[in-house]
Amino acid sequence: MTQAMIGIEDLDVTFGYGAATVHAVQNVTFQVKPGESFGLVGESGSGKSTVLRAMSGLNPDWSGNVSLDGQTLGRQRDKAFYKRCQMVFQDPYGSLHPRHTVDRILAEPVAIHGLGDADKRIDRTLREVGLGPQFRFRFPHQLSGGQRQRVAIARALILEPRVLLLDEPTSALDVSVQAEILNLLKRLRAEHGLTYILVSHNLAVVAYMCDRLAVMNRGRVVEELDVESLRRGQAQQDYTRQLLLASQGYDRAVADSFKDFA
Amino acid sequence: MTVSPSATPLLTVENLRVRFPSRTGYTEAVRGVSFTVGREKLGIVGESGSGKSVTGRSLLRLVAPPGEVTADRIEFDGTDLLHASERKMREIRGQRISMVMQDPKFSLNPVMTVGRQIAEAYRVHTKASRSEARRRTLDMLGAVRIRDPERVFDLYPHEVSGGMGQRIMIAMMLIPDPDLLIADEPTSALDVTVQMQVLAIMDELCSSRGMGLIFISHDLNLVASFCDRILIMYAGRVVESCRAGELHAAKHPYTRGLLDSLPRLDDDRAELPVLTRDPAWAAEGGR
Repeated sequence: MTQAMIGIEDLDVTFGYGAATVHAVQNVTFQVKPGESFGLVGESGSGKSTVLRAMSGLNPDWSGNVSLDGQTLGRQRDKAFYKRCQMVFQDPYGSLHPRHTVDRILAEPVAIHGLGDADKRIDRTLREVGLGPQFRFRFPHQLSGGQRQRVAIARALILEPRVLLLDEPTSALDVSVQAEILNLLKRLRAEHGLTYILVSHNLAVVAYMCDRLAVMNRGRVVEELDVESLRRGQAQQDYTRQLLLASQGYDRAVADSFKDFA
Repeated sequence: MTVSPSATPLLTVENLRVRFPSRTGYTEAVRGVSFTVGREKLGIVGESGSGKSVTGRSLLRLVAPPGEVTADRIEFDGTDLLHASERKMREIRGQRISMVMQDPKFSLNPVMTVGRQIAEAYRVHTKASRSEARRRTLDMLGAVRIRDPERVFDLYPHEVSGGMGQRIMIAMMLIPDPDLLIADEPTSALDVTVQMQVLAIMDELCSSRGMGLIFISHDLNLVASFCDRILIMYAGRVVESCRAGELHAAKHPYTRGLLDSLPRLDDDRAELPVLTRDPAWAAEGGR
């Protein structure tokens, strides 16, 4: 096996102290190969976003082993890490500075990393995400939800990272816009050889975007499977099968048969 | 739809129009929508900005000025909702027609415990005692599958999760036993399995009490599997209406485009078709 791009081993995340301790992530282990797209699926509170936040350095309180391209990562991440690994958030209405123009939003990471040539980079990146140069001096409130998410993707992409961490990138968007953004993300991955971790609660979105996925419940990985088995409904665990049933639309008898998995 | 199977419909809407003044003239959010609801589950589907939520709100006269609502007719069980007095409307809201809003974060009172809010909804409409209201509230919390009703009763809205908040709102709206429930994206913030369970609760109430339901959602597949009939809205108009089971045979290019753009588990298309919008869809009479 080639060396993993992302390695996560025995990841544990807890919040709070004493009796109020919440064990959000327990013993999570998985690896993502270079150029692979890996899905993390689960319901709210399953810890899928927490895994992503620990990986991205947004949540420094974790224990275990996290590595990027063979390098073990500490709690404090340096600039070189963020050059290689960027994140796209769920809500494009909250993740862009409301009083910065698109130009300034995109110029900031370029300046922080001292890359230079900001003008050309911004122009090229905007084109890559399907926004013309006419969007460059607009404010976020002058853009639609889909256009904002394109700007958020451009902001991540402008540093030419190797890894994109995607936290529910389309769940705030309409289905027709979701299709556009998913197509864009798929195309960008093929063109740049990017590695993705995609967090989503939507199995169909994960099936479209990913090669493999892990299903999480209550902080633990229940099962790891490839997308082919998911499509064929060949899940090993009852929890995964229940998720699959629930995503196939409403059925009274099925809904009554649901149970809680501890 | 002409006459619904259960004789006279519960609600009849004819030529509903809602518009909001803006600096450059009027923005028309709803443009001539007509439909009827019987004791059935009617789904209204559309993307953001299609006017589906405003349609739901205008039925209860919840569109605040400067928004303007006009219609040829809005009739609920013999009452003219367009010209009813405010006093009459207060009797109808909650007790006869109730509405579940999209977001529990903004719809629950943040400084009142969950249980008190639900009990209040019950006591406003019935002359029940405090202890009776409390008992009913705990039953209702159980009915929406909240595991520990006694504990949740004394929690404040910020102490509960989004899914639980949504179930609390549904409990609050169902406790006065309404005839018609307008549910505006009631489950879109919930996990799929919880979503199914909440739908099962509403389904059960519809069939056992003969409640009518207007289910507003952006999720085509969900509505197709849950409702009896579907209206598809685009740019303030109903572009297509069909029986839920026949959605997959829909004819309008907008409906077709929406269906196609959904990723599916049972096919592996390399690229999702993107919807191209035809200005003719939005034109009056361009049906």
